[in-house]
Amino acid sequence: MYVAVKGGEKAIDNAHGLLAKRRRGNKDIAQLGVDQIQEQLSLAVDRVMTEGSLYDPELAALALKQAMGDCVEAIFLLRAYRTTLPRFGYSEPVDTRNMRLQRRISATYKDIPGGQLLGPTYDYTHRLLDFKLLADGEPYIDNLPSSSDIDLPAEELHCPKVMDLLHAEGLLQNTTEQVTVGDITREPIAYPCKRSEWLQTLVRADEGFLLSLGYSTQRGYGRTHPFAGEIRMGYVEITMAIDELDFSVSLGEICITECEMINQFSGNQQQPPQFTQGYGISFGFCERKTMAMALVDRSLQSKSLGESTDSPAAQEEFVLSHCDNVEASGFVSHLKLPHYVDFQSELALIRKLREEFFSKQTESDITTTLTSKAGDRSE
Amino acid sequence: MKIPSVEAEPLLHVEGVNKLYGINRGCQEIDFNLYAGEVLGIVGESGSGKSTLLNCLSGDVPPDCGQIVVASSVGDKVDLYQASESRRRLLMRSEFGIVKQNPRDGLRLQVSAGANIGERLMAIGERHYSRLRDVGIDWMSQVELDPERIDDFPETFSGGMQQRLQIARVLVTQPRLVLMDEPTGGLDVSVQAKLLDLIRSLVSELNLSVVMVTHDLAVARLLCHRLIVMKKSRIVETGLTDQILDDPQHSYTQLLVSSVLTP
Amino acid sequence: MNNQAGYNFAYLDEQTKRSIRRGLLKAVAIPGFQVPFNSREMPMPYGWGTGGVQLTASILGEDDILKVIDQGADDTTNAVSIRRFFEHTAKGIDTTTDTAKATVIQTRHRIPEYALTEQQIIVFQVPIPEPLRFIEPSETETCKMHALEEYGVMHVKLYEDIAHYGHIATTYAYPVRVNHRYIMDPSPIPKFDNPKLHQNKALMIFGAGREKRLYAIPPYTDVHSLDFEDHPFAIQQWDQCCHLCGSDSSFLDEIIVDDEGARVFVCSDSHYCQQHANANNFSDNAEVHS
Repeated sequence: MYVAVKGGEKAIDNAHGLLAKRRRGNKDIAQLGVDQIQEQLSLAVDRVMTEGSLYDPELAALALKQAMGDCVEAIFLLRAYRTTLPRFGYSEPVDTRNMRLQRRISATYKDIPGGQLLGPTYDYTHRLLDFKLLADGEPYIDNLPSSSDIDLPAEELHCPKVMDLLHAEGLLQNTTEQVTVGDITREPIAYPCKRSEWLQTLVRADEGFLLSLGYSTQRGYGRTHPFAGEIRMGYVEITMAIDELDFSVSLGEICITECEMINQFSGNQQQPPQFTQGYGISFGFCERKTMAMALVDRSLQSKSLGESTDSPAAQEEFVLSHCDNVEASGFVSHLKLPHYVDFQSELALIRKLREEFFSKQTESDITTTLTSKAGDRSE
Repeated sequence: MKIPSVEAEPLLHVEGVNKLYGINRGCQEIDFNLYAGEVLGIVGESGSGKSTLLNCLSGDVPPDCGQIVVASSVGDKVDLYQASESRRRLLMRSEFGIVKQNPRDGLRLQVSAGANIGERLMAIGERHYSRLRDVGIDWMSQVELDPERIDDFPETFSGGMQQRLQIARVLVTQPRLVLMDEPTGGLDVSVQAKLLDLIRSLVSELNLSVVMVTHDLAVARLLCHRLIVMKKSRIVETGLTDQILDDPQHSYTQLLVSSVLTP
Repeated sequence: MNNQAGYNFAYLDEQTKRSIRRGLLKAVAIPGFQVPFNSREMPMPYGWGTGGVQLTASILGEDDILKVIDQGADDTTNAVSIRRFFEHTAKGIDTTTDTAKATVIQTRHRIPEYALTEQQIIVFQVPIPEPLRFIEPSETETCKMHALEEYGVMHVKLYEDIAHYGHIATTYAYPVRVNHRYIMDPSPIPKFDNPKLHQNKALMIFGAGREKRLYAIPPYTDVHSLDFEDHPFAIQQWDQCCHLCGSDSSFLDEIIVDDEGARVFVCSDSHYCQQHANANNFSDNAEVHS
């Protein structure tokens, strides 16, 4: 005899308990510290801050701990927390020319004023698992530079921006007009949207999604001939203008990565050809993200540049509606929720249609038998 | 072909229309009238501005200047680009029809032939399924498509058949004005011939008014009462088809006519 | 961060609530029209009811009595989770499973069997607010279609269904015309519930958090399900009655009770079922259907 199922509350409580147990893991092993995550898994922390849209390394590290290392879940935690924070204003625009550089490279010139500063990059490492790390031994490379040359601000190193150099020669499209910048966390975007709105959307977008889209533009789905004009990573000061004071107040420093791509030039009879550009930026050191973002940014400009928008990366609505992993994972995973009422409706319909299908078949079988018996050709 | 009687008021009045994309690219200083029951051909080589003009007439591309005025079915005159977008789109949906050069651009590929034909009727409020189906079957016969294929998808039809389907889809609401962009372009010669025949009989049966863009003078001669000859964005000659083709006045028209291959 | 004490009543700050209420007023003024709103990330994932939760949070007051259901039942896991959320963050409100007692009902995929009153507001969780979305993926284009009342393509879809299946194949999220103007997706309620939308005494509001749209049907509004004259809209029916309460007029869930596929049918609306069983002293010796 069927009895209605009850006990959803209890089940949820037990699930929470099981989760806590699994998160902690083997109690004989030392518990992971939030400080350890912050220090030693900093790239994960940087990704969570960037896509979580909140610069707070400690909270991002906490989110990673709470989420058992699942970046997308950690990003969600940080975004949800962000919702609760009061907004008291906007900072002044950051000028990355004044960045306190940790890394700065350009693929477009062999050498540039200030030089190519490799910084702490995985770029030229050989991807060999370091078993000394497993044994908790010393890391592979230990001949680190002792001086702190690379901590000097850009001007002292004479690191002008490559884009500025190109601009001075008139080779770059002018993108320095004053525009009113929308805020996507205050007003939902409407299509077609402004570049400032899609740039905001792309910063918090899923790195994997942007990576694949950017990759597709390199493989022929659209073509933007990208060159890495400049990639910078380092610390910038955040300042804020306060109404009651005559001067701006410094709120401190954050670490960011910025990528400026130089792309396919455009021009026509009226205008001389100029390079176009793509822009990427992240909190922390999410270099791959900034490069992918710059490729997609340029691709989204295809429409305004009169280029074909056939490729997926050039389609504004497609890219921007699907790039947020908090939205995407929420909706994909919502399929786990009960859908049995709607499924019931589908069951009823499909059963009816099948009944009709088979009874029609039976009818036509009978007809065929009758007509062939009568000696006519069937069909 | 019979020459239609000219009514006092034109169905379509085009005055001083310019739409340029560069020096002499596009169309400029376009003036003409179209009367009910007429088939007007716009001929010229590629790049002459025929398609630009058609895009302006279809309500898709606003001209830089000039007027395009249509006489609507309720009797008033509507300046196409002064009217609200709402009015313009309604006109395009119900009183105008556009047959595109590539039928795939003018059809809904993910729905059946019957749905394609019925859509314009549904858009103006037809809510009876059987009636829609009957109209679909009827029109498929009219355009010489097998009515048994009413539930088939456009993809499963050949190019020529897709074009017929597009014509049915457009004509089902008996639009007062039909714009055609190279309706037989890209089709096999024999398929073209059949299609032209179909268009000719539909035009005469339904007393359609048509503006047809074509680079093919043979098509023009067969279907059009009057011609406008365009060269490098301008109209260089207009007149009755037979007169223009048999006795071209402008040197460019002469060139066009003389370059037509004759069997 | 687990301490809920630092949050405003019903979690959202007052500014956000105000901006959502402004959106709701617009929505009520234009029945069936999708109003964009500034949806926030909430502590539950997008797709799990954040739209409904934000709307409920914006209209809840301390005197309100809240009922939360999912698939018609109060104790499905997500309904439990959302009800708890409000119990923790909206201190002072009462919660109930009794449809008649609630002042605000948040629901996913069903409208309660008992008729609602003028004193009630029902909040629907909506996954995809745009009824034209699966015919026309572009938002820019669908906005135009709504603005210019270009809905022919909606009937094209219904025509196709009949052509291929002999029936309109939409069984839930069945599109409706609201107040003779806008075509609306009523959320994935089964079409069985569509008639309840017409001239309902309660205020019905719909929230899609991920898609950032809200819409409303004010009380006593005409709502008609799309159909053809010769293929009129019809609701589902069952041959069976509810195994627990004997009802032959409510929406029934199919439950498989053994390995051989034996099944019983039970009311989806758990509160209705309980009340109905009590009222009719329904015996529990009913046969199991195979």
